[in-house]
Amino acid sequence: MAHKPSGLVQGTLDMLILKTLQLEAMHGYGIAIRIEQISKGVFQVNPGSLFPAFRRLERAGWLKSEWRDTENKRRAKYYALTALGRKQLTGETREWARQTAAIARILEAEA
Amino acid sequence: MSFLRNLGGGLRGLFRKEQVEREMDEELGGYLDTAVNEKMRRGMSREEAMRAARIEMGGAESVKEQVRAVSWESLVETLWQDLEFGLRLLRFNPAFAAAAILSLALGIGANTAIFQLLDAVRLRTLPVKNPEQMVKINIDHRNGASGNFTTRYPELTYGQWEKIRVQQQAFSSVFAWGPNLFNISPGGEVHNVQGLWVSGEFFETLGVEPALGRLLTPADDRPNCNSTGAVISHSFWKHQYAGENSVIGRTLTISRHPFEIIGVTPPDFYGVEVGRYFDIAVPLCAEPIIVGEDSQLRQATGWWLTAMGRLKPGWTLDRAAAQLRAISTGIFEATLPPTFNPEQAKHYLGYKLGAFPGDSGSSELRRNFENPLWFLLALAGLVLLIASANLANLMLARASAREKEMGMRMAVGASRGRLIRQLLAESFLLAGIGAGLGGLLARSLSQILIASLSTQNDPLFVDLGTDWRVLGFTAALAGLACILFGLAPAWRATSVTPGVVLKESGRGTTGGRSGFGFRRILVVSQIALSLMLLVGALLFARSLNNLAMVDAGFRQDGILVTDIDFTALGLSNERRLAFSSELLSQVRAIPGVDSAAIAEIVPLTGNGENHDILMGTSGAPKGEAPVASFNRVSPGFFQTLQTPMLAGRDFDEHDLKGSPNVAIVNEEFARKFANGKNPVGMTFRIGRLRTITPPYEIVGLVKNSKYFALREDAQPIVYTTTAQYDHPDTDAQILIRSNAPSASLLSGVKSAANQAHPGLDITFFPFHKMIQGGLLRDRLMAALSGFFGVLAVVLAAIGLYGVISYMVEGRRNEIGIRMALGAGQKQIIHLVLRETGILLLIGLTAGAVLALATARTAASMLFGLKPTDVLTYVLAVVSLSTVAALASFLPARRAARLDPMVALRNE
Repeated sequence: MAHKPSGLVQGTLDMLILKTLQLEAMHGYGIAIRIEQISKGVFQVNPGSLFPAFRRLERAGWLKSEWRDTENKRRAKYYALTALGRKQLTGETREWARQTAAIARILEAEA
Repeated sequence: MSFLRNLGGGLRGLFRKEQVEREMDEELGGYLDTAVNEKMRRGMSREEAMRAARIEMGGAESVKEQVRAVSWESLVETLWQDLEFGLRLLRFNPAFAAAAILSLALGIGANTAIFQLLDAVRLRTLPVKNPEQMVKINIDHRNGASGNFTTRYPELTYGQWEKIRVQQQAFSSVFAWGPNLFNISPGGEVHNVQGLWVSGEFFETLGVEPALGRLLTPADDRPNCNSTGAVISHSFWKHQYAGENSVIGRTLTISRHPFEIIGVTPPDFYGVEVGRYFDIAVPLCAEPIIVGEDSQLRQATGWWLTAMGRLKPGWTLDRAAAQLRAISTGIFEATLPPTFNPEQAKHYLGYKLGAFPGDSGSSELRRNFENPLWFLLALAGLVLLIASANLANLMLARASAREKEMGMRMAVGASRGRLIRQLLAESFLLAGIGAGLGGLLARSLSQILIASLSTQNDPLFVDLGTDWRVLGFTAALAGLACILFGLAPAWRATSVTPGVVLKESGRGTTGGRSGFGFRRILVVSQIALSLMLLVGALLFARSLNNLAMVDAGFRQDGILVTDIDFTALGLSNERRLAFSSELLSQVRAIPGVDSAAIAEIVPLTGNGENHDILMGTSGAPKGEAPVASFNRVSPGFFQTLQTPMLAGRDFDEHDLKGSPNVAIVNEEFARKFANGKNPVGMTFRIGRLRTITPPYEIVGLVKNSKYFALREDAQPIVYTTTAQYDHPDTDAQILIRSNAPSASLLSGVKSAANQAHPGLDITFFPFHKMIQGGLLRDRLMAALSGFFGVLAVVLAAIGLYGVISYMVEGRRNEIGIRMALGAGQKQIIHLVLRETGILLLIGLTAGAVLALATARTAASMLFGLKPTDVLTYVLAVVSLSTVAALASFLPARRAARLDPMVALRNE
């Protein structure tokens, strides 16, 4: 690999998890893989930050979880967005867009 | 919403911990499995896939720990673990735990007990409706008042009260009251209970509801009433009438006059005087019925009442005071006693009424004991400080023993905060248990204190409930102590560099300096504080001793005072004198009675009267004539009290009405009025209000004696004889000197009185005991400060012993080398004691400076010595130094007996 996987920008992991779960409920490994795939390997999320994030988001009421069977007939804990979680995602996405646009403008101005 | 969810999740984590853990295990296991499968699918072998997945995951335990750290319940859990660990440590060191808890319990208990008393007498409000609206109505700066002062806190006369009641506008209603002893015995030996004369508005204004029957109302307090009802207190009802409902309508007697019981007050109402209780309350109009011809009700010079009011809505204390000031001139003009001379009248007309906060009632106990209690609280606080310093010292010693453990734990990754938290948990446990025990201890301590302040004639009642203030105080003390003795050692113990500690072999040439300087500071401050306490204790002890040794001018022991009241016989003036003489000779005839005499005023009871003295036989008074105190006695008074007669003669049977008026005076009288010459043969006249008596001839001179109190300076006293007095009393107060056992003496007096007339009211009290009762405050201060002082010295000695032992232990090698090089035992002991000497010197100096700076606050409580009394300081320094020397001599001797070979070999 040409580039080493980047560290996540502080506080963005929560948003990425919420985004990943926007379409369907997933289990922990699925979420990790999905983030890695979609970011084309730029972000690699390790379990040491993933699972504390699940616990945090669950406590905040943005995620709910249930035990289900996987496609490989194993039991796994599936996480899904709550209504509150959807609202949170919308808000964070908008805020993120605003910030990145602003940062982009600054960088372009200097160039 | 999310807070509730967080709480719910947290609680689930706490109480269904196993399930939550199991789920986490399963989830992580599933993650790992999926990752391995995925990697195998991409072509890795099973072993390779497993290894790669594990590396990615980075240790299941650490992930789990990170997940746990997200949630608050983990904090609770580690706290709980810390407490459990602390408890285990304490169980392993029962001696340490017991010493620590005991000293904390004593320290916190003593503080709480004294604070509880302060809370009860100073901070708490009256047990009535809206106490903050209550206002006391007093004369502002009433000095130079003349007249007859009865009751414990006479502020007003009845005439003034009547005018205030009508003219005041600031209060929705006002009331007046006066305390007194009521004799409820139907005859024979007197049975006094705590009585109150109250105006009709008393209960209504205070908002007190009856527990039974009804309470007194203005309708009960009609002027010139000839029979009224009486209200009794809940406790009186319980112990005197067994709490029977049939008590309403029953009759009790006060000084043989019947009163119908109309109601009972609620259990928590003790009256309006903090520190006292009442048994029976009757309306003011009943005073003449009970007191008879000595009634103060219609006397313009009879001071016996205190008044309070409830502010009208919207009125402030200042506005009330202004209104009272405005009506003052009119009130005092209208009530000016006609008997006053111009000087007295000028004083009287200048008085102004004032308004004072009344939410905590009035209290003689508070006036006498508030300052001593604050002082004792400060002393107790110092003891707690010393105890905390001792504990800090012990904890430090343990901390240095655990240095390696701490280093090891930090090396394997424990954070410093986590370790401090754990060490503090142990201190917290100690402080918590100590405070709990201290709180229990305080309950009995404060009860003992109150009991020791009560005398038979002066029973005290203090409502010692534990309220939020007391609980808060105890908790704050515990917290403070915990921080004092826990935080510094914990900080020290964890300020280790793991590498250094683990490398250290436990052997150095001299003791490690780290942590030792701090322990020295602790010991120095302990010595300083102990010196302060010791100085305080010695000051009070010496003051009490001075009071006990003071020459009262008479012999206090072996005298029984009896009062035989024959008011009920209704004798005429002429026959009263004969009757009391008859009683006196009957008493003198009792076997075992050495001598007996009648006295109008028994010294040191606080009763007294004074009048103007005009030397010579003629002339008018010039302004304020100098005054002397007076007593009226029968022949034999000086012999009975054993007051030496210095010149002239005692009264005798020839000094009767019709013969020349005679008087005996004391030395101070001679000094003040006769320029120190022998006054026998001189004459003087007595100015009583507006009248001046015919001349009295001085026939005797006696030694000075105390009149009101032991603390007073000598004052001029004039003794006249009962036989020449125009208005003989209806009771005979007889002082009896006898060595006979008191039981036989009492029955002898009773039968003598019965012989004169059956069923007379008789009261007894031993003279010596009464005087001792007057020294209660001094005894209390001496006993408590002495106790605190001893406690402080013991604690400081333990602290010093600990530090010196530690020093000796740390310098074993050095001492061993010195001895190997030829140092003798003496030199080693010298070496160790020098260390003590330095600590002691610094501590004593600091303590002496602190004591000198603060002892002034005790000045008013001392008798016969100044707070800077040199001997006291010398005594304190010497005794503290002796104890300190002993405490450090033990470890010094141990050091001197070291075998150098053993000391040097020892790793």
